[in-house]
Amino acid sequence: MEITVQEFKRCDMITVKGRVDSATAPQLAQALEAANEGGKYKLVIDMEGLEYMSSAGFRAMLAAQRNCRKYNRGEVVLASVPDRIREALELAGFTELFKTFDDTLTAVGHF
Amino acid sequence: MRTVQFTAKFEFLDEIREFVGEIARAGGFNDRDVYNIQLATDEAASNIIEHAYEEVSDGLLEISCGVKGSSIMIVLVDHGESFDPSDVPAPDLKADLSERKIGGLGIFLMRKLMDEVQYEAEPGKNRNTLTMTKRRG
Repeated sequence: MEITVQEFKRCDMITVKGRVDSATAPQLAQALEAANEGGKYKLVIDMEGLEYMSSAGFRAMLAAQRNCRKYNRGEVVLASVPDRIREALELAGFTELFKTFDDTLTAVGHF
Repeated sequence: MRTVQFTAKFEFLDEIREFVGEIARAGGFNDRDVYNIQLATDEAASNIIEHAYEEVSDGLLEISCGVKGSSIMIVLVDHGESFDPSDVPAPDLKADLSERKIGGLGIFLMRKLMDEVQYEAEPGKNRNTLTMTKRRG
């Protein structure tokens, strides 16, 4: 798994590539926490290069969403979610907890 | 059935997914099914590593996998604490963000993605067996 963070004027974009499972999810959780600790609560997770995500990754995103939405200070949105991952998110009832966008441009533009 | 033994550590999840993925692909399962079989196996293995072997750092996880007819069968055997997935309540998918439970999701996915999930604990033998099957197409 590979994570890169890009700062935009109104939000930060966290690009996750590769595979997120119980072994690698802590790194994703850390990146999201680091953003929050830096006062960033408007976050786009770019999933275009994401090949796989287990419930360990879902849990990391849920914790981040809770923290970001607190006091209405922001939210986590998802961009370019691959089909297989979107299906698993839907099964887990997660698509109701996260706005999803077809590409990063519209996701960033949402903020 | 092919059987491989893994040390029960998260770092081997990649290999575990590869192992079942290869057999599923060779057995004629499509990409979508292969992904879901890998996801269900990952969730099952992650649960064993996290719960059955909570106090153990080098537990043994034995995984057998094979395709017979139009079904794939995956059997996970561990020698840790018994942990019956059917004891875990399904998460409330309608709960809003603040009430959403963080646990139980892996087991829920496992059940949804596979056609059958069976668990057998044999405390006398210190042996737990999780058997999952999925039919093609």
